[in-house]
Amino acid sequence: MKNIIQNINKAFDHRIRLGIMSVLMVNESADFSTLKELLGVTDGNLASHTKALEQENYIAIEKQFIGKKPNTSYKATKDGRMAFQDHISALEKLIQKR
Amino acid sequence: MEDKYLQDISDIKNMMNKSSQFISLSGLGGILAGVYALIGAYIGYELIQNNDNRIITLESTTFKWILLTALLILVLSIGTAFLLTIRKAKKEQETIWNSTSKRLLINFLIPLVTGGVFCLLLLRHQVYGLIGPVTLIFYGLACVNASKYTLRDVRYLGITIIILGLLSTEFSGYALEFWALGFGVCHIIYGSMMYFKYDRN
Repeated sequence: MKNIIQNINKAFDHRIRLGIMSVLMVNESADFSTLKELLGVTDGNLASHTKALEQENYIAIEKQFIGKKPNTSYKATKDGRMAFQDHISALEKLIQKR
Repeated sequence: MEDKYLQDISDIKNMMNKSSQFISLSGLGGILAGVYALIGAYIGYELIQNNDNRIITLESTTFKWILLTALLILVLSIGTAFLLTIRKAKKEQETIWNSTSKRLLINFLIPLVTGGVFCLLLLRHQVYGLIGPVTLIFYGLACVNASKYTLRDVRYLGITIIILGLLSTEFSGYALEFWALGFGVCHIIYGSMMYFKYDRN
């Protein structure tokens, strides 16, 4: 039981961060506005959560210009994918326990 | 606490689906497209029956009428499907032009446009007999290719239509019948399945 709890990742223990990771697991990349629309959050809110995930090195941020518009897109890193997979497994095990 | 974990898992699943699949495809649109196709096939059948000459050439008025009917059916089907999909997307509060619908459209169009150009080339080289099967096969491939980005039912529709296309190549005398079966009956069957599964709530 204790081991499973340890696998519950604090970095993903928030609805928005969980959402960001879910999107990036099944999509190669997603840009800021797509994430915003999918999760239904404000700019500032999304920015702070992506920053938190980036600091953990779970997602990579790529900034570029499309024409004159700046475009920020996000990708899950290898570490991020592994960590999220572990997190999902831990959640599943915890549910099965009951 | 366990409720929270359960909620998390279902949130993850929802978000993965929502971000990778466009689910607002309208089943009703499929049914109506099938009905139009059957009407079109009937008009085509009548046109061929009433043709005075046994052979239909590219220059004949009959051929032009058939072409006009086909175009009309195409425009009507696409228009209806488009309108109904917009309506469904609004109801489910999904935006119509997002990354999933773009991906769906591009992956649908690649095999479809290939097939369309191929048909035009066949027409140019006067291989009329293969047009029916080729439209079926490429449309089926387009559905299979697009199905990764939308409801699973589209995949089975595509596979059924590909099989019909291959059969109709073998039994080339019944091209119109196979065409009506593929574009008409299949659309109605799969459209109804989708309608009862997802639309009616």
